Amino acid sequence: MASILVFSTEKISDPAIDLAGLLKQHYPPTVHTISVPCSSGIKPAWIMRGFERGFDGVFIAADGTDCPFSETCTEKTAAIVARTHDLMEEKGIDKARLRMAAICSVCSEAFVKQVSGFSKYLEGLE
Amino acid sequence: MNKRIGVYICQCGSNISDYVDVEKVRDAVKDVDGVALAKITMFACADSTQQEMIRDIEDQNLDGLVVASCSPKLHLFTFRNVAERAGMNKYNYVQANIREQGSWAHSDKPAEATEKAIKSVKAAIARTKLSEPLISPVISSENVVLVVGAGIAGMRAALDLAKTGTRVYLVEKDHFVGGRVSQWGEIFPTDEKGREVIGDFYGEIVKNDNITLHTGCDVVSRAGSVGNFDIRLKIKPRGIVPGSGAGLSGDFEERLSKAIDICPVFVEDDFNFGLTRRKAIYRSAGRMPAVPVLDRRNCTGCGECVKICPEIDIHAEETFQDIKAGSVIVATGFDPYQPSKGEFGYGEIENVITFQQMRRLLEIECDGKEEGARCVRKGTLLYNGRKIRNIAWIFCVGSRQTGALEGDNKYCSRYCCASAIHASILTREKFDGINNIHFTRGVRTYGKLEILYEESSIAGDIYLQSFDDAPPVVAQEKGVTTVKVRDVLTEDREMEVEADLVVLVTGMVPRSDTSIAEIMKVPVGRDRFFNEVHPKLKPVETVMDGIFLAGTSQGPKNITETLNASNSAAIKAHALVSSGEIELEPTMAKIDRKLCEWCGNCLDSCPFNAIDREEYEGKTVAVVNTSTCKGCGMCLPVCPVNAIQLTGFSDSEIISMIDALSE
Repeated sequence: MASILVFSTEKISDPAIDLAGLLKQHYPPTVHTISVPCSSGIKPAWIMRGFERGFDGVFIAADGTDCPFSETCTEKTAAIVARTHDLMEEKGIDKARLRMAAICSVCSEAFVKQVSGFSKYLEGLE
Repeated sequence: MNKRIGVYICQCGSNISDYVDVEKVRDAVKDVDGVALAKITMFACADSTQQEMIRDIEDQNLDGLVVASCSPKLHLFTFRNVAERAGMNKYNYVQANIREQGSWAHSDKPAEATEKAIKSVKAAIARTKLSEPLISPVISSENVVLVVGAGIAGMRAALDLAKTGTRVYLVEKDHFVGGRVSQWGEIFPTDEKGREVIGDFYGEIVKNDNITLHTGCDVVSRAGSVGNFDIRLKIKPRGIVPGSGAGLSGDFEERLSKAIDICPVFVEDDFNFGLTRRKAIYRSAGRMPAVPVLDRRNCTGCGECVKICPEIDIHAEETFQDIKAGSVIVATGFDPYQPSKGEFGYGEIENVITFQQMRRLLEIECDGKEEGARCVRKGTLLYNGRKIRNIAWIFCVGSRQTGALEGDNKYCSRYCCASAIHASILTREKFDGINNIHFTRGVRTYGKLEILYEESSIAGDIYLQSFDDAPPVVAQEKGVTTVKVRDVLTEDREMEVEADLVVLVTGMVPRSDTSIAEIMKVPVGRDRFFNEVHPKLKPVETVMDGIFLAGTSQGPKNITETLNASNSAAIKAHALVSSGEIELEPTMAKIDRKLCEWCGNCLDSCPFNAIDREEYEGKTVAVVNTSTCKGCGMCLPVCPVNAIQLTGFSDSEIISMIDALSE
């Protein structure tokens, strides 16, 4: 199974990921989560560290329009992804190994669908 | 660098240990550098275990604490308090979520769930090693609570809060307060009418200076966070202003009656569950506020009513109000289950009605004027002009949908058994010649409600029982409606009853209007009702800080249980906002002045204007205003020289976790 590092957010996507567990909505056990306050605060260097350490993919479970901090969160997170894509390109890492999707606080099904689909996709890349 | 870390791995009864091999987890982490002790606990959150942790911290001089258990959303503060009570800085505690994101999420793959748990605990240890002692900042909070929904739950919560001195905005979507309770007649055990109870509450609310009540009001949007929610309200006009006709000859009530008579619009009256129709202008029917309403949605705008009654304003505009609230209580209630066409004959056989319609039927007095009225005359219960004697009550319609009963509502709706039996007693008392036959799946009149079951049994009500794989069958032939069932109480004998009226005892479902869930971002559970954090530990809290639940928005409850939950939500909200201050996480951006070369990116990225500039060793550098920094971290990735760190989320902490998870 592909290993995926998830950057999740404390107020928005964390509750959704917890809800997926509560509802026994299974997803690959090689999905590991690190919580941060906001998806606009993820450093590209952290994402790159994930790849350096052997994660097959990195998924940003973004706040999207639900961000409690700013309405500009979506654009800012997208900018982080774009800058990380440049770094990935420099290192010869397929840009498709980094994905981002807005996961609201009750979007457990969406999370499961995203990481399960991403896992299958990454396995296809091997 | 913390060198003496205590690690506690929780079995959570068996919630974790059924799928995660906790001994294997302990063995995998006990020798990790910095771990002074590693223990397995049955329940880490139990008082006895907390005491044990405190003793361990004190006796073994621990400087870091890791608990591998449930979600931090549940027990982060529990274990932080443990650390504090033992004299350890609470920010040297890290929780590893091996239940919601471990055993439960991967209950299909126990071996892999165990491996994931090991990595999660190692990541928590790595982070704890690097954690720093911190001090929590305190923000000012509005001592104001928004209560959404002015049914009995919202009204009770609003009064409880107002009496403590907290300001309350009580908003109700409908033009009248009282919600479902205002629709019921006599309620158990006092036999007061629902609207009388609501009337008492309303009287207290309008007298209380701490409560601002808005009816016809929708919550449009929410921004901000706990302590300082920015809420936008949309207030729909009532369209009728008694007293505005000063100088006009004649009586307002008389003019209004004529205006109602002339109104050409007829719509189903939702208050009576469609049993009657009303005009686009309608009176309160004993509800509060007593001012009549112009139903703008159905008004054609013909203006005939205005010619007769100038107090009617068909052009009144909706208004908006922006408020600030420290906390929100969601008390939006429930919808009755609506049977599908053909379900026990509903919608196909004319004398099959729902329990909620029956409750209204008992209340509607026929004045001969109401269009489509099914009405009550003294001593005689009529439905569609037919005298009612035999009433068949079919229980668990829309609840406990298992076996042959298709549907998603697996839960019991709790209130229906007792309410239906109570209604059958009332029907028998009010009208002549009533026979009640109850088709149950096992009566659930729990606690004091058992009195009702006993009373109805003594009065001669008949109880038949079936299982979910053989529900009653309702049929009609030559104008005669029958209900047939195999009665398990008489050795599966087939029983058939001729019924003048069939009452489907329909339970509770979540509100069909989900807008408040979307605005407040309150999670829903498998039953689609709003979800609390934990049914026992945090029964009215949601994962959204500062947003609480009251009443049947959370799940089926009777009135007493609803009021208990409202009291609880009010106390929690009051405790949160009443001091005017809320302790926040000490997550702050920190500038490394040596690295900073002032480019202004951080200033541009900060949504809170928390970045300023200062002179340092002959150069301009960024400085963080700690009173306005919210710790979002948006300034982190835009710094071209990586001069910004976030406390609790430093590069070293995050990277140590990534490394541990990738081992």
